Amino acid sequence: MDATVNTKKPHIKYLRRVFVWELPVRIYHWLNALAILVLIVTGLYIGNPLAVQSNREAAETFNMGYMRIIHFIAAYIFFFNFVFRIYWGFVGNKYANWRNFIPTTKKYWKEFMHVIKIDVLMMKDKGHHLEVGHNAVAGFTYFLTFIAFLIQCLTGFGLYSSMGTWWFPKMFGWVQVIFGGDIMMRQIHHWATWFFVLFSVVHVYLVFYHDYVEGRGEISSMGGGWKFIEQEYFDHHQEQKANAAGTDNTDNTQKETTV
Amino acid sequence: MPFFPSREMPTYLEEATRKGYSRRDFAKFCTMMGAFMGLEASGVAQVTKALETKKRLPVIWLHFQECTCCSESFIRSSHPMVADMLLDQISLDYSETLMAASGFQAEEAMKHTMEAHKGEYILCVEGSVPTAADGVYCMIGGKTSLQILEEAAENAKAIIAWGSCASNGCVQAAKPNPTSATPIHKLVKGKPVIKVPGCPPIGEVMAGVIVHVVTFDRLPELDNIGRPKAFYSKRVHDTCYRRPFYDAGLYVESFDDQNAKKGYCLYKVGCKGPSTYNACGVMRWNNGVSFPIQSGHGCFGCSEENYWDNGRLYERASAFPGFGIEADADKVGMAALGVTVGALAVHAVATNLRKKNLVSNLEKEGKQSEKDLE
Repeated sequence: MDATVNTKKPHIKYLRRVFVWELPVRIYHWLNALAILVLIVTGLYIGNPLAVQSNREAAETFNMGYMRIIHFIAAYIFFFNFVFRIYWGFVGNKYANWRNFIPTTKKYWKEFMHVIKIDVLMMKDKGHHLEVGHNAVAGFTYFLTFIAFLIQCLTGFGLYSSMGTWWFPKMFGWVQVIFGGDIMMRQIHHWATWFFVLFSVVHVYLVFYHDYVEGRGEISSMGGGWKFIEQEYFDHHQEQKANAAGTDNTDNTQKETTV
Repeated sequence: MPFFPSREMPTYLEEATRKGYSRRDFAKFCTMMGAFMGLEASGVAQVTKALETKKRLPVIWLHFQECTCCSESFIRSSHPMVADMLLDQISLDYSETLMAASGFQAEEAMKHTMEAHKGEYILCVEGSVPTAADGVYCMIGGKTSLQILEEAAENAKAIIAWGSCASNGCVQAAKPNPTSATPIHKLVKGKPVIKVPGCPPIGEVMAGVIVHVVTFDRLPELDNIGRPKAFYSKRVHDTCYRRPFYDAGLYVESFDDQNAKKGYCLYKVGCKGPSTYNACGVMRWNNGVSFPIQSGHGCFGCSEENYWDNGRLYERASAFPGFGIEADADKVGMAALGVTVGALAVHAVATNLRKKNLVSNLEKEGKQSEKDLE
């Protein structure tokens, strides 16, 4: 692929700015990141609190109380932020659309295998994948995280339902019935926490990986919303479009463009 | 000849008077029950009126796979009238443990109650029903417990599942559940089942449930799981007198430490109060003397479904399935995190080897642009 590049004079790629992540998506992302970080830290603390020894009276300290209230506030932010993101999956731009996350086409799975080969197994594969927004594996992983979000919201508000006075958490009273009681619900809430820990680590690593290998501004894209895509890709895209429009064929195999 | 000639049933007050209780005792009992049931002051008058005027409620009390701790708890509830009224006077027509009759007479008594009070009697079930091997694990009078339950349930007005066995299976339903011990609500269809879980349930709670049915002639308000809200809507944790220590972050680390002596929260030594719905923190046990947490031991969660399988008694977190008894979520999580970080490190090294060209081209391109700006 890239072996064709002349070693003396580097092949200069001209990059075009693509608006990928809209402002609501970026706000969602960072609110979500912050909420998840806070929820993981306070959640693990609540599950196994530190042995704080102090000679102050119990009435003057509220360590666990603060941890819990922070956890609950973050949970509300997390939940409504999540609801908003689902809404945005229907009204946002094509990179935010729900189709990026839920596989509905054969092309999606093809792309999925392609990404696995190139980015995970480090194999060679024909062509070079380029999804400007989420690639198929990332999109599908986010779909799994959404399921984890859902489990966490249901079990979390389920646990909270008997404490809250607002009608909203009380709506989650039925979750208890599925698990027969709070003990199991609490365990599942705790187990799922680790999914978030693992996800966060892999997510951050892969952002750096893509930025390093592709040089398209992966890291900064969640700041300004832009990615920088090679002109060749646009040319390739136009060609494909023309081919599709020309209904036919007479197709040339040499169209496999490398980027 | 029926063994129990049908006669006009006396009211509860009549029975109490006959037993030698004064009007004052009776009023006290009604007030206490009203308070337990969480009624407002005017509700007490309703209780009094109902027990004065209503006929005794015929009750059939069945015992299946159980240890009789529910009955024990019931007859030891704090007010003597609870036992007297609600056992003698509730007209306990059939109860293996407490009836005088036995054998043929006992079976006849049950049959009589079922016929004479068709659709009126309350069926109380203590214990779970084994369904494995056609129910041979628990047979009474030549019938399996399932047959007996089905017969008795058919014309019952309401069914009360006493204790965790009847409500959720309790110990005998713990894995691997060799007898297929099954709680009552899974076997009885189309009849309201009031679950009164606990191992055993608090005697006053049991009395309260019955008094509620007598007084208002309908089931008490039940929660999502089918337990009376008056007694099971709050977690033991929410009504625990050690709760301030929990909020303050002051915990017993082991049963022999200074914190245990100071009476700190038992959260870290496995107290299941935060996930157990029961009235122990409010009503307490043995005439309100104490309850487990007050005695320095964490709550077991005995009124929760699967409490044997779900929790380790002296630790917060339960074992993560498939990783052995010692591995809880945090241990498995830390190990998974270690594996993940290791895999990412391998991936990072592989990236630099396999994608060398790609990366060096980017670098060269970048350096060229840097040069061009000179």
